[in-house]
Amino acid sequence: MPRLQSAAELEKYRAQILAGRNPAKPCIAVCAGAACDGMDSAAVAAAFVAAGAPLGDKIEVRTTGCHGYCEKGPNVVVTPGDICYFEVQPADVPEIIAATLKGEVVERLVYHDPNTGAKAVHMNEVPFYKHQTRLLIGDNPKIDPMRIDDYLAVGGYAALVKALSEMTPDQVLDEVKKANLRGRGGGGFPAGSKWETTKNAPEKIKYVIVNGHEGESAAFMDRAMLTGNPHKILEGLIIGAYAIGAQKGFMYTRHDMPLLEKHVRNALAQAKEYGLLGENILGSGFSFDVELHFDVGIFVSGESSALMRSIEGNPPEPRPKYIRTSVSGIWDKPSNLNNVETWANVPQIISKGAEWFTSIGSEKSKGTKLISLSGNVVNSGVVEVPMGTPLRTLVFDIGGGVRDGKTLKAIHFGGAMGGSIPADLIDAPLDFDGMSKLGAPIGAGGLLLMDEDTDMVEVARYLMDFLTKESCGKCVPCREGMKQMLQILTRITEGKGQQGDLERLEDLIQVTGVASLCALGKTSGDPLKSMFRYFKPEYEARIAAGSGEPK
Amino acid sequence: MCEKDIDGIIEKYRGQPSSLIHALVEIQHANHWLPREVMHRVAEALEVPFAQVMQIASFYKTFSLTPKGRHEVHVCTGMTCHLRGAAKLLAKVEEVTGLKAGETDAESKFTVETGACLGSCSIGPELIVDGKHYGRMTPEKAEAVLNSYE
Ligand SMILES: Cc1cc2nc3c(=O)[nH]c(=O)nc-3n(C[C@H](O)[C@H](O)[C@H](O)COP(=O)(O)O)c2cc1C
Ligand code: SF4
Ligand code: FES
Ligand code: FES
Repeated sequence: MPRLQSAAELEKYRAQILAGRNPAKPCIAVCAGAACDGMDSAAVAAAFVAAGAPLGDKIEVRTTGCHGYCEKGPNVVVTPGDICYFEVQPADVPEIIAATLKGEVVERLVYHDPNTGAKAVHMNEVPFYKHQTRLLIGDNPKIDPMRIDDYLAVGGYAALVKALSEMTPDQVLDEVKKANLRGRGGGGFPAGSKWETTKNAPEKIKYVIVNGHEGESAAFMDRAMLTGNPHKILEGLIIGAYAIGAQKGFMYTRHDMPLLEKHVRNALAQAKEYGLLGENILGSGFSFDVELHFDVGIFVSGESSALMRSIEGNPPEPRPKYIRTSVSGIWDKPSNLNNVETWANVPQIISKGAEWFTSIGSEKSKGTKLISLSGNVVNSGVVEVPMGTPLRTLVFDIGGGVRDGKTLKAIHFGGAMGGSIPADLIDAPLDFDGMSKLGAPIGAGGLLLMDEDTDMVEVARYLMDFLTKESCGKCVPCREGMKQMLQILTRITEGKGQQGDLERLEDLIQVTGVASLCALGKTSGDPLKSMFRYFKPEYEARIAAGSGEPK
Repeated sequence: MCEKDIDGIIEKYRGQPSSLIHALVEIQHANHWLPREVMHRVAEALEVPFAQVMQIASFYKTFSLTPKGRHEVHVCTGMTCHLRGAAKLLAKVEEVTGLKAGETDAESKFTVETGACLGSCSIGPELIVDGKHYGRMTPEKAEAVLNSYE
């Protein structure tokens, strides 16, 4: 493939791809995302490839990233019509192929409502999908992440073309500011103002970075995006670099996901080959390159300044907050860091405009949010809904409620630095500020359901144990404070709680919160705080009983 | 993994003390563990004290200072897997292999490891052997899976 020299050449090439594709030709998309892979979707994909090969002119087989409904993998989606087959086994393959060739549906493999038995054949009828707005993850079933042409076929890089050929960097920045895009990595900080700070910093050399670390336990949507549609994030990053005036970008992600690494490496190489990275991108005069970097297996390396130290090759230890990475980040150069999902939102904001974007979502939180739905839920998976959607929709309409006929006790958001709220707050809307006020900040978007049997003291102990192991150990309050909190919590779970333990915990939360350097230590007591707010009687009873049994 | 690859990585970063972690990550990726002798060579080539190499290599979980068994067994202890019974699964794995997390047996058959979320929470609790995921594990199923490895 020769480098594309201009926007026009890219559009011509896209037209060629589309001309070579027949939308009426059936395509079988087999999910190879992390969960489906764990249910041996590779064997299913292999069976489809083997059976489909002699029928190459009549049928197409594609392996893709996560479709969303991980609970029911291996997942297969057949187009046209988005017919969804669940829990597909290699033995089902001949039947699916035969039916597809005849334009029929294999009824026994489609969705059946567990209560009514009602069938749902098409994606927009399946309860898990039909309440969602899948702007970001929706393309996953249409894309083989190893093929840039698949991304181009769904309109990929059109936003980059628009930015480079019709907009000045200032106009791009303006659009993102107007869209009020807020960071998806935890803080909800407005991306536009952060970009502007880096853009206006006096240094010539500037960096842009994708935070694909996703260390938050039970959050898996960033990896689903990055593995399933790496070009979308890359396109967002290139557009951001253009707006900010950065010459170089970094993608920082986990070292322990071989498939993710393969897809991202390949995406970078293909983008370079096509002329979407490197010198003089699409003849615009703008040059930009991206490097891939890996973590060293510690949660705190997802924190912005620690991440930048890690990219420099230093141990991932956070720096004091008064040094703003937007102005002085990697090698002390202005560096703009955003989360995977934040970058993934950029292309559509540029293509469809800020006005369209702000028409989705709640008053102060715009657009959609990816949620990793897991725990004691019936339908676990990657979910995308408009901001402001009531938690009830997520938990019941999409999630199907609590597993094994149990009742809901709590909803936990934001992993080890998040919080738990009781079931009766289920009508709260999904909103950055609202959820923070309730004590369960959305964080990156890991939503866990906890059923009636959940021991809330044990949950707090588990989370504290996790953080204790993931702290960088640099500041004493974080290290020692968490250690002591863990000791007390462990004692209570063992039935050896003492009078005064709750007060001791409250003091420790306070001290650790004030005296720690970074947010890991500062917010390490947040889950506990939410527990004291909503589940205190459970703690008191446990201590009073002095027994290991939950009350 | 052949010596040539390790040499290649070390050469790439020769004289660059700031690339220590990058070099170690790459060697770990390629070789699955960091032999002492290799760390000495890294220290020398990158011009950093050996003690610093050791400090980094022993602090971060990515690095392994002992050779791994023929099969790497990984039990996810992330939050969803935890809620769905990872502790029982780990106990079973420890019982079957006779190993605690982080250990390798004398015959170098298994190395047992634990770690946080592996991104496939929907099918937890999870066992991963040599990169192959086994979802929805019960202690009984886990025993059968482990017994299927030579
Ligand atoms: C201990 C710790 C871990 C973090 N891990 C992540 C992470 O894995 N991914 C992420 O995007 N942000 C993470 N963050 C938040 C980042 O510091 C940063 O705010 C974010 O990447 C900025 O991107 P955004 O503005 O697009 O959200 C973490 C923060 C802390 C304190
Ligand atoms: S608060 Fe904890 S994780 Fe953050 S810098 Fe201090 S010791 Fe490290
Ligand atoms: S991994 Fe297949 S649907 Fe999520
Ligand atoms: S918690 Fe085990 S895979 Fe996420």
